[in-house]
Amino acid sequence: MSVTRSIYVLWLREVKREWREKTRIIASLTTPILWLFIFGTGMRAGKIEGITDYQVFIFPGVIGMTLLFSSIRSGISVIWDKEFGFMKEILVAPVSRSTIILGKAMGGATNAFLQGIIVLVLSPLIGLWLHPVRAVLALPTMFIMALGLECIGLLIGIFLDSLEGFQLIMSFLNMPMFFLSGAIFPLSMAPKALAVAGYIDPLTYGVDALRIILLGNYGILPLWIDLTIVCMFALLMISLCSLALRKKKQ
Amino acid sequence: MSEFAIETTNLTKRFGDVIAVDNLNLKIPYREIFGLLGPNGAGKTTTLNMLCTILKQSSGKALVDRHDIDKEPDAVRKSIGIVFQDPSIDDRLTGRENLEIHAALYGVTLADGKKRIENVLALVELEDKADKLMRTYSGGMRRRLELARGLLHYPKILFLDEPTIGLDPQTREHIWKYIKELIHREKITVVLTTHYLEEADELCDKIGIIDYGRIVALDTPEKLKRRIGGDVITAEVSNPKQLAVELKKHDPTLTLAFTEKIIRVTIPEGEKYIPHIVHAATSLGANVDSISVKKPTLNDVFLAYTGHEIREETGKAMGTMSMVHRRRIK
Repeated sequence: MSVTRSIYVLWLREVKREWREKTRIIASLTTPILWLFIFGTGMRAGKIEGITDYQVFIFPGVIGMTLLFSSIRSGISVIWDKEFGFMKEILVAPVSRSTIILGKAMGGATNAFLQGIIVLVLSPLIGLWLHPVRAVLALPTMFIMALGLECIGLLIGIFLDSLEGFQLIMSFLNMPMFFLSGAIFPLSMAPKALAVAGYIDPLTYGVDALRIILLGNYGILPLWIDLTIVCMFALLMISLCSLALRKKKQ
Repeated sequence: MSEFAIETTNLTKRFGDVIAVDNLNLKIPYREIFGLLGPNGAGKTTTLNMLCTILKQSSGKALVDRHDIDKEPDAVRKSIGIVFQDPSIDDRLTGRENLEIHAALYGVTLADGKKRIENVLALVELEDKADKLMRTYSGGMRRRLELARGLLHYPKILFLDEPTIGLDPQTREHIWKYIKELIHREKITVVLTTHYLEEADELCDKIGIIDYGRIVALDTPEKLKRRIGGDVITAEVSNPKQLAVELKKHDPTLTLAFTEKIIRVTIPEGEKYIPHIVHAATSLGANVDSISVKKPTLNDVFLAYTGHEIREETGKAMGTMSMVHRRRIK
């Protein structure tokens, strides 16, 4: 009971903080929209074998990107908490480290998830009329993807103490993870080395799962494998973060 | 069963070669208001951090509310409330939201929490500000909210780390008022650290003077001050020598010194002695050009007990951001 409540208040804090900063939300939605409408529209003219509509093809990838960028960015909250002292308040409270991580991770993941939904809702604008069942089925996958990605951000935040350092690492992670995930080109057609790198990228499986669920097309792996990997990754990352927070000396 | 709220046995903390806290043995009874007085870098905050279980000791032992800090950190955390030296609130949330988070983390029940939050808000007179974002609070108001938060979960022991650092004198006196009030109302043990002698004097039953990680003196504020000898009165008069003889006649044990123009008397409660000096001087037909009383400062106390002045501040390097933040709080 008290653990659930602790997780709940920490979750609520993350969500409140995010949605009180309207500019931040708008800024973080701008990137995916630019990719979808400018890059997507521009590339539509080109022909890639096996892809009928490029904009539709990258749509699940752009959702994946929204989740990725938003999740990793929110790891910065750990650094803010350290700088502005709130971390101390949490750390001296009689709650376990995994409770703290769960609250923070679910909060950040929720924010990313909600932004992902905003992008999902834009689908008619590219002429993609999703079946409601498909859209609803995509939601849990999106949330679990966000949870795993969020923990990457938290992990960096736990180990770093400076905002500059965080931003540097973030920019080194975001783009490669996005490009390698097969979000904007099919991994099946990529050269071997690139494809191997793609399979190391955890985002790949989420994007693949979203393609199968939303579009019923372009999948490269069976859905159950994608989903298993997405879930395992989230679990692994949550455990790693809890461990890191326990180990990290004040 | 120990009757002490805090009991440390050879508590020691080393950072590399530096011994921050050196075999500290402290016994603080329940309901005592205890002050750790010392300059920056003396080991006050390190001691507090160990007692709060956020820093592991290098050796030695400590019981907080009869719980071992090493073996039962969760029990210790439940028994204590802390107001850190640096701000530790979320300024993007309202005061009330900060308190609600705290209540949940410390397992204060929902029904009780609501009442208790009103209660502690009233204590620090922040009821009408409670639903404002904390970034709109002044430095003093933030401190007050932190005080309220530290009390929220009915701790047995409240730690206050430099409760008035960086606040202007007026705000400081306000905070003192709230601290006194909460001591009176909550009947708890308080351990505070400070480098302001007036603060320790104003609030504490007992003061431990700490230097280089060691307690160099431990007593009530009155006794400590008495050992320094009290205030220093400096008077500019036309005949210091005769005046000195006259004053000695009334009180042969009086500590005084004089030069050609100045007489200096060391005495407790110096301001009450001023009329006496003036009276003595006028009865001798001498002029008093100026007179001043200097209250003993931490520096004087230090000098008396350690034989050296307070060393220059050697606070640990802070990130630029927390510097900026602290300045803003001022």
